Amino acid sequence: MEAGDTLQVKDGVDQETIDAVKEVSTYKYGWDTDIEMEYAPKGVNEDIVKLISEKNSEPEWMTSWRLEALERWKKMTEPKWAMVDYPEIDFQDQYYYARPKSMVEKPKSLDEVDPKLLATYEKLGIPLKEQMILAGVEGAADKPDGERKVAVDAVFDSVSVGTTFKSELKKAGVIFCSISEAIKEHPDLVKKYLGSVVPVSDNFYATLNSAVFSDGSFVYIPPGVKCPMELSTYFRINAENTGQFERTLIIADKGSYVSYLEGCTAPKRDTAQLHAAVVEIVVEEDAEVKYSTVQNWFPGDENGNGGIYNFVTKRADCRGDRAKVMWTQVETGSAVTWKYPSCILRGDESQGEFYSIAIANNHQQADTGTKMLHLGKNTKSRIVSKGISAGVAQNTYRGQVNMHPRAKNSRNYTQCDSLLIGDKCGAHTVPYIEVKNNSSRVEHEATTSKVDDDQLFYCRQRGMGEEEAVALVVNGFCKDVLQALPMEFAMEAQQLVAISLEGSVG
Amino acid sequence: MLKINNLHVSLEDEDKEILKGVDLTVDAGTVHAIMGPNGSGKSTLSYVLSGKEGYNVTDGSVELNGDNIMDLEPEERAALGLFLAFQYPIEIPGVGNMTFLRTALNAQRKARGEDEISATDFLRLVREKAATLKIDSDMLKRPVNVGFSGGEKKRNEILQMAMLEPKICILDETDSGLDVDAMKLVANGVNALRNEGRGFLVITHYQRLLDHIKPDVVHIMADGKIIKSGGPELALEVENNGYSDLLDEAS
Repeated sequence: MEAGDTLQVKDGVDQETIDAVKEVSTYKYGWDTDIEMEYAPKGVNEDIVKLISEKNSEPEWMTSWRLEALERWKKMTEPKWAMVDYPEIDFQDQYYYARPKSMVEKPKSLDEVDPKLLATYEKLGIPLKEQMILAGVEGAADKPDGERKVAVDAVFDSVSVGTTFKSELKKAGVIFCSISEAIKEHPDLVKKYLGSVVPVSDNFYATLNSAVFSDGSFVYIPPGVKCPMELSTYFRINAENTGQFERTLIIADKGSYVSYLEGCTAPKRDTAQLHAAVVEIVVEEDAEVKYSTVQNWFPGDENGNGGIYNFVTKRADCRGDRAKVMWTQVETGSAVTWKYPSCILRGDESQGEFYSIAIANNHQQADTGTKMLHLGKNTKSRIVSKGISAGVAQNTYRGQVNMHPRAKNSRNYTQCDSLLIGDKCGAHTVPYIEVKNNSSRVEHEATTSKVDDDQLFYCRQRGMGEEEAVALVVNGFCKDVLQALPMEFAMEAQQLVAISLEGSVG
Repeated sequence: MLKINNLHVSLEDEDKEILKGVDLTVDAGTVHAIMGPNGSGKSTLSYVLSGKEGYNVTDGSVELNGDNIMDLEPEERAALGLFLAFQYPIEIPGVGNMTFLRTALNAQRKARGEDEISATDFLRLVREKAATLKIDSDMLKRPVNVGFSGGEKKRNEILQMAMLEPKICILDETDSGLDVDAMKLVANGVNALRNEGRGFLVITHYQRLLDHIKPDVVHIMADGKIIKSGGPELALEVENNGYSDLLDEAS
């Protein structure tokens, strides 16, 4: 119908973006919260692993699973093939466990909750109702507002501090809780699936995570159920020198559907912090999972001090026929990003999609991409990657497309675009393509362009400020990916794009 | 309204003077045309007025309604009401034409301390203006200038001009690349914007545009200077005799 009915949504930059650009001059989530924390001693060893397991009141099978991972990890070495350069990490100089003291016993009402913890949620923009729920106030979850239908699980340093909308989800048969709770309450599901997509031995960081993961989220969608609301996990690293090792396990049983959102922030610190997460997704026959991430960990300052080292293993296994998975990521934060959300297309006619925006400004380094492993017949995958480099940053797309001999008539389409802002940054594209049958088709398109002065002048002649102009042009460049995000995230992502490119011109 | 006084401009990269003392005053409500051979500095003048980088203003001044604008950023000049219709409109992939217009309009309003336009008012306005330029809803949704034909690009410039309601409109060879029908459409769009509060500076190679946009004053520019000014008949003289007589006269 008429033009402009889509005016207020998605299509380019909205006013909030512009305001955000003007008002926020540095990393917005850079405050820290002065909360009494309970730490385990620095370093990783058997005692620490046992302690983490004990703090989470885990059963013995879990403890030994962790210890086995630790043994493996000790024999492994850090991978060095990525195009990232950072000082040697002393893995024994990190805290592997920290949690707010007030969480030792669940509070009964808001008055008992550490006010600083509540203040943190407020700063994160989580509404009061959900603050109560997250803070674990009894009964709060039973009276949801009914308007904002997103269930939130918040992970503060090492510990999940609460999950909203639990009862409503329960009615639908959906399990959404912290992984530590799932280990206790749903051991059969956890035993069956944990480590089945990302094996303990998978890679250095995933193995470390298997040994020391402290918490994370667990989702189970029963057969035929369309999850009644979007599920969201909010990760925040607060404590200094703390590594965050969260573990997420999502199981979409036959014919089910879920959309899952993940957001991350951390305070500004001069010293780098470690983050090594593992996300496993199991997609059974005819099921569909959408997993969206807005990663905004502290990227370090303009001179490259501090920031999060982000080593993440994310993988989805399309086990059944016609299973579908879609990864969408907006990576604006972290000093170092090492992340390749992957799809194993095992079932016939299964589909994998990967949409990515990766922004590297100042001294940030990003090495990110995906793997599409086609094992089943008639499988399809689509990769759309938008890399933006500014300042002196290096941004690498690294992707693998693999067609197994059995994966007859499979298709892949890859579009990989890089945008450069300024003349001191770099963009790199490293595709690995392996096709072992002659009926499959793989297409790869790549472009590299610059935000050119003519575009900026054109925007400015029409009245936009320089940073607003950059944000507009970059959001246009990212449009294909922004459109793949759920609405709420799309807005946030647009703002983040604008904020993270601040100071990249002029 | 627009007062250009002894403007000297050279290129930033090389020591080459392009404008060698331009004097020109455009009063509100009037249309001035600048004609001249290739390389005379016409387009440079339009870029310098709108604040494009790459030029050094070595002498002279430019005032817009009493404000000296040469030290202002391009967006500040735009907010004061200066608009340049580009000879080669720029493509911005992925950014909807309408989003671009609304972002620009609101940026200017904000800079002037005005409220943002509401979504409904904006929509009403843009549809109304687009209709007179025969711009359909599809063109409003497409990314800015991407895949537009030559005629569409120029009409789009005029649409932006109509939406932003500038005080001084500079048209840089808006007729280039247009067929007769497209040129009429563009000219009608410009004529509809003529009013007593608004001035126009129309840069063109050819007299034919001036058949449709009737100028009050015609200036001939050559080698970085205005060598002759006169009424509309001056354009006809150029059309019939070319620039050589005028150039000889000036030297």
